[in-house]
Amino acid sequence: MNAIGTPMKRREDPKLLTGEGKFVDDIQVAGQLWMGMVRSPFAHAKIESIDASAAEDAPGVHAVYTGAQLQEMELWIAPLPCAWPVTDDMVNPPHFPVAAEEVHHVGEIVAVVLADSRYEAADAAELVVVDYEPLPAVASIEAAVADEATAHSELDSNKAFHWPLIPDPEALDAAFANAVHTVDARFVQQRLIPAPMEPRGVLAIPSPHGGEITLYSATQVPHILKVMIAATSGISEAKLRIIAPAVGGGFGAKLNVNPDELLAVTLANRLGRPVRWTEPRSEAAFSTHQGRGQLQHIELAADADGKLTGVRVHIDADMGAYMMLITPGVPLLGSFLYTGVYDVPAFGFTCEGHFTNLTPTDAYRGAGRPEASYAIERAMDLLALEVGVGPDEIRRRNFLAGGEAFENLDVASTLTFDSGHYGPNLERALELADYEGLRAEQKRRRDAGERIQMGIGLCTYVEICGLAPSRALGGLNYGAGGWEHATVRLLPTGKAEVVSGSTPHGQGHETSWSQIVGDKLGIDPADVTVLHSDTAISPLGLDTYGSRSLSVGGVAIAAACDKVVEKAKLIAAHSLEASPDDIQFEAGVFSVAGSPDQTVAIQEVAFGAFTAHDLPDGIEPNLQEQVSFDPPNFAFPFGTHVAVVDIDEETGEVRLTDYIAVDDCGNQINPMIVDGQVHGGIVQGVAQALWEEAVYDDDGNCQNPSLLDYLVPSAAEVPSIVTDSTITPSTNPLGVKGVGEAGTIGSAAAVINAICDGLSPHGITDMLMPATPQRVWRAINDAKGGAA
Amino acid sequence: MKVEMTVNGESRSADVEPRTLLVHFLRDDLGLTGTNIGCDTSSCGACTVHIDGESVKSCTVLAVQADGADVTTIEGLAGGGELHPMQEAFMECHGLQCGYCTPGMVMAATSLLSENPDVDEAGVREGLEGNLCRCTGYHNIVKAVLSVGGDGS
Ligand code: FES
Ligand code: FES
Repeated sequence: MNAIGTPMKRREDPKLLTGEGKFVDDIQVAGQLWMGMVRSPFAHAKIESIDASAAEDAPGVHAVYTGAQLQEMELWIAPLPCAWPVTDDMVNPPHFPVAAEEVHHVGEIVAVVLADSRYEAADAAELVVVDYEPLPAVASIEAAVADEATAHSELDSNKAFHWPLIPDPEALDAAFANAVHTVDARFVQQRLIPAPMEPRGVLAIPSPHGGEITLYSATQVPHILKVMIAATSGISEAKLRIIAPAVGGGFGAKLNVNPDELLAVTLANRLGRPVRWTEPRSEAAFSTHQGRGQLQHIELAADADGKLTGVRVHIDADMGAYMMLITPGVPLLGSFLYTGVYDVPAFGFTCEGHFTNLTPTDAYRGAGRPEASYAIERAMDLLALEVGVGPDEIRRRNFLAGGEAFENLDVASTLTFDSGHYGPNLERALELADYEGLRAEQKRRRDAGERIQMGIGLCTYVEICGLAPSRALGGLNYGAGGWEHATVRLLPTGKAEVVSGSTPHGQGHETSWSQIVGDKLGIDPADVTVLHSDTAISPLGLDTYGSRSLSVGGVAIAAACDKVVEKAKLIAAHSLEASPDDIQFEAGVFSVAGSPDQTVAIQEVAFGAFTAHDLPDGIEPNLQEQVSFDPPNFAFPFGTHVAVVDIDEETGEVRLTDYIAVDDCGNQINPMIVDGQVHGGIVQGVAQALWEEAVYDDDGNCQNPSLLDYLVPSAAEVPSIVTDSTITPSTNPLGVKGVGEAGTIGSAAAVINAICDGLSPHGITDMLMPATPQRVWRAINDAKGGAA
Repeated sequence: MKVEMTVNGESRSADVEPRTLLVHFLRDDLGLTGTNIGCDTSSCGACTVHIDGESVKSCTVLAVQADGADVTTIEGLAGGGELHPMQEAFMECHGLQCGYCTPGMVMAATSLLSENPDVDEAGVREGLEGNLCRCTGYHNIVKAVLSVGGDGS
């Protein structure tokens, strides 16, 4: 049987297509109380007083709690967690679910209303009168670096940490001292609002007499949430059950431990009533972390042929107001990738984290890696200009291993790349894009002086996924491991159940896992049920983020299947009266070598293991095995993206006309799902390049928190995408890498490279993201020496 | 206030506050939670239903405004445990990932095709402009709608 590698239709779909799938807000329980959040209108202020009397008297209101009252109630024993204190001396001001004395960003919660309905909760929240004394706000990363005002009154600087990775400082200095060509570039990674289509939401259901408490949350990380809520609330971990029901997209936005989650659990526990909240979209800019937010400085050193000799990078990263779950670690996830797919002898990276009075930042699709690939891929185009060769040629000259296939290659950023084969991947993308043809058309338009000019951009990215070897995470001060757990059991009737610690929110895990188990056990994938996302059913797991599910969780499932087959083989040998060494297993059937008639199906073995009437001595009943797989290395997917844009030189409008992506994520379990991940990822990266930015004024107010003003693209703004793949297996047992973030990691650089390529006749070499018509028009106008 | 309307072929009525949005009436009063809410500015289309055969964002309508109307939600699109051809096409073409935008997207797409059965790719993209999806990049949604073409609704 060969389910692996086929584009099987998703078993998840029928429920989601008919409205049968249940998201958190779809679940109703009797006696529930709705939380309404009272949020600060100031980015930085002292709370002078709070008058909740009008709200308390409003219809349907059960109670109003201020931050100070909640502290007196002792609902929690620790602040909200940061699991990644990147240095021993990292500054980490305490972050409680509700501010008691001072607020540090617009939208920080200062009081919580509990009411019978969502309408009443929202109405009453408006009636709470808060008196603030505004303080100077640090409203941008630039202001944070300048350090004239501090985001937290008790701190004397905004600087949170300094993190260096400079394996050989002398070699690095020598590379720059001896360089023939250099590039010195600065880029801005604007803040982004992740905006999964399902807003976040929570529903905590207590059991007043039993003491258990169940939290439904629109989360990517029920297992991590369980540990963290236990650690912050003091509620016994054994009494907590976390369920992520159908979850409507995450992209990192649902990878956190949020004030609302801790509030719902602790208030429900204290009051003995269900407590819930659903994030209003326009609050999401304050109540859910944002992504990116970096100032990047990258320098390249190269020899006369444009071969890289050194790369030096400094990042100033905007933490926002607080360190959330992995806020400080996000830029570090990118640190290892600033040398890209290139052979770079000397490398140095430093990162400083800074507090601002803005919504905290944290993981957003790609988390550190899109930033890194953007910087190196933009810089490579600048190097091509400097050297006087094309963007394709500069890449060919610098590929690791000369563009040839490799395995286990040490790179300058101290990691070992699992496998790669960059040359053919680039050439395939150029061929698919008809690169020569595009260049000819570009030249034609330039020669004709047409109004609509063409830009062509390349990006040859590499990314890190499969987070992660637990030891490596420990070395980076990360507070948890990177293993994943799987249990596989064959039921008496021969059907299989697999329990996975990965937690899907759109990725189609149930389908892919059934393909793996089907092949491994030799049964029909339709006979495999996949259980997940409920800590009572799947007690062990580390969830879904960082494109880790397949290369860690999928490998765990495959390994658990192998163990099941191993045990089944002993039972089969016993019933076939043969030595286990003579037993063969193929397509779900055990047979004796040399006697093809003597067979027993794995389903029959499962029944025998259940009745246990005739098991070999020392063999326990039942066929169930579990594996906690800790990957020995990360996986490093790569690919080439080609973006083609039309630029209207009179209006500055940029239109993406074609997009060609050739990704290499190793072996593919379900190519249809791989393609879908690539499509969605690409559009998110294109959106960063062209439309999206959380814009703040000088007082720290987000100017575009709603979907009316924050420009998530629609179908009308993007073209169809041409995808293809090369396959370079990873070194893990399934040969798989990961693909959830690849599209986003490749696309922003490809699009901005295309715009700069199109505008190069004007001498324009850089463009801020998002490349709005106004910015593009102004750049052209300035280049022409015109007045605005 | 009392409202009465036909929802998925059945007559339904309830007492609601005058300010109750149709989407909340459908979800909270009738338990039809297939219709999702993705925003508070009528921007996302997750809440799209059919009112008297036309696709409407149900967060832009008060329940009382739909009094007497004939409303179809995703739960009533096919019925009888079957999938509508548009639902089948979404499954066939992988036009959904997390599925949150999907009910609204399917409702918008069926109405688009009934208005313009011969729509081309550009027409599908324009026609679905009011429905946001964060997962699929739209590629497979567009493919699914085009695969149903003129014979779907
Ligand atoms: S919920 Fe109706 S348009 Fe977004
Ligand atoms: S499938 Fe997730 S938003 Fe469309």
